[in-house]
Amino acid sequence: MISSASPQPAADAASPEVVIDVRDAYYAVGGRPIFSGLNLTVRRGRITAVMGPSGTGKTTLLRLITAQITADRGQLMAFGRDLATLSTAEVYGVRRRLGMLFQNGALLTDLDVFENVAFPVREHTDLPEALVRRLVLTKLQAVGLRGAAYLMPGELSGGMARRVALARAIVMDPEVLIYDEPFVGLDPISMGVIQRLIKHMNTALGITSIVVSHDVQELATIADDSYLLAAGRIAASGTPAELRASDSAAVRQFMTGAAEGPVAFHYPAPDYATQLLAADA
Amino acid sequence: MSNGSGNGVLFEGVRRLGAVTIFLGQLLAQCLPSLARPRLLVAQIYNTGARSLIIIMLSGLFVGMVLGLQGYELLQRFGSEEALGSAAALGLLKELGPVVTALLFAGRAGTALTSEIGLMRATDQLTAMEIMAVDPLRYVAAPRFLGGVLAMPLLAAIFSVIGLYGAQLIGVTLMGVDRGVFWSQMQDAVSMRNVTEGLVKSLVFGIACSLIAVHEGYHAEPTAAGVGLATTRTVVASSVIILLLDYVLTAAFLQG
Repeated sequence: MISSASPQPAADAASPEVVIDVRDAYYAVGGRPIFSGLNLTVRRGRITAVMGPSGTGKTTLLRLITAQITADRGQLMAFGRDLATLSTAEVYGVRRRLGMLFQNGALLTDLDVFENVAFPVREHTDLPEALVRRLVLTKLQAVGLRGAAYLMPGELSGGMARRVALARAIVMDPEVLIYDEPFVGLDPISMGVIQRLIKHMNTALGITSIVVSHDVQELATIADDSYLLAAGRIAASGTPAELRASDSAAVRQFMTGAAEGPVAFHYPAPDYATQLLAADA
Repeated sequence: MSNGSGNGVLFEGVRRLGAVTIFLGQLLAQCLPSLARPRLLVAQIYNTGARSLIIIMLSGLFVGMVLGLQGYELLQRFGSEEALGSAAALGLLKELGPVVTALLFAGRAGTALTSEIGLMRATDQLTAMEIMAVDPLRYVAAPRFLGGVLAMPLLAAIFSVIGLYGAQLIGVTLMGVDRGVFWSQMQDAVSMRNVTEGLVKSLVFGIACSLIAVHEGYHAEPTAAGVGLATTRTVVASSVIILLLDYVLTAAFLQG
């Protein structure tokens, strides 16, 4: 059932079903609120899409979920633990259960593809080299880049870099995988590959996924739950089909990509004619 | 300058000093754990030290040659050109070796450190490490800091040795000072205390330069302009701090 303008009712964060739970979060930068009364729930084993126009704070939401920043007010629970109350070591413990795919891949430029994927394994375990090698090659095979194992990041295309980053993100078998704008700047083939991989990670490996993007069509085919972020809160939530069928003007504008609607095409500005004439004077 | 803006500059200066001090504490706490990956430290000693060798050796040679030329010109006025060896050695070991090496280090290795770490910040590499539960202070900052601290005294020593050969080249080969007198005068005039003074200076400069370079890169604004600005700040701040610390350390050694 679609919930428009009012967010989904807060789920029981202690329930094993709920992996991430954001309740009434408020976060401001320089006095300007980014989120005000934000509520969002991510359930285990599902693909949750967070959509919204550019500049609505989608990446900031990911920074909150990964405890890079802390909400000014409200509660953010990850795996049943309140992130605001955790020590640095405990935050690192939570992060080891997460994987994240960055928009630009964020591969370590001084390491080759193999070493990039092996990086978290080497840092967190003392596995023998033979096992590390097998593990890395298995993950690279999963993203179709076993043959590129010894290339440097600078030799990869954007789509390949993102697939390597995905292999790195899954190498420690995380419970939750977070994708930050995974489709941006990709050609249709790479986009389709990433789309299939997200679905594959979810169905084959059972990884809970959070996908932050504004690519409505791509998300609609893979997401189980969708949230539409606007004006610092969840404007609507439900399945992609429910969002598409919404009678809310704001939701319809975003889902159809219409230029006219509640989200104005023009940034607020003084009267056009007055400003032009003033420039002539 | 008005009082208000004067206070603002003072406040900003104190704030930055406090931030750098806290950062130094965090770095020192990560230095020991970072030794668990000696490969990283060796790589950084190579990057900051070995890759600075050519510029250090060339500069050392020319500074030594100028010292030989100027020293001979001055000393011969008093008929004491045989003291050229000791003058060159004391000048290089106590002052020119540590100071010029540190200034060159700030320009070559310091800027490289700042821009490298700043670009890692701008391309989300440091954030990616944090998300992978790897502390970038331990993996990125501490090995680079330690590498710089260890490389500086070695570079200063190489600078001084090459400089002495430069001074000998001019004084002995070109100006005709007796080779035996040149080296024996040096042996008589230079004590272990002089060598220690240069060593302590270069170690302190190494800490200051590496700290500034790593701090500026780590806290650079993640944009092209931000990284450029941080790199400039590294050179300016390092140069001023080196000269300031040189005065303080020289005064302290003279007192002691």
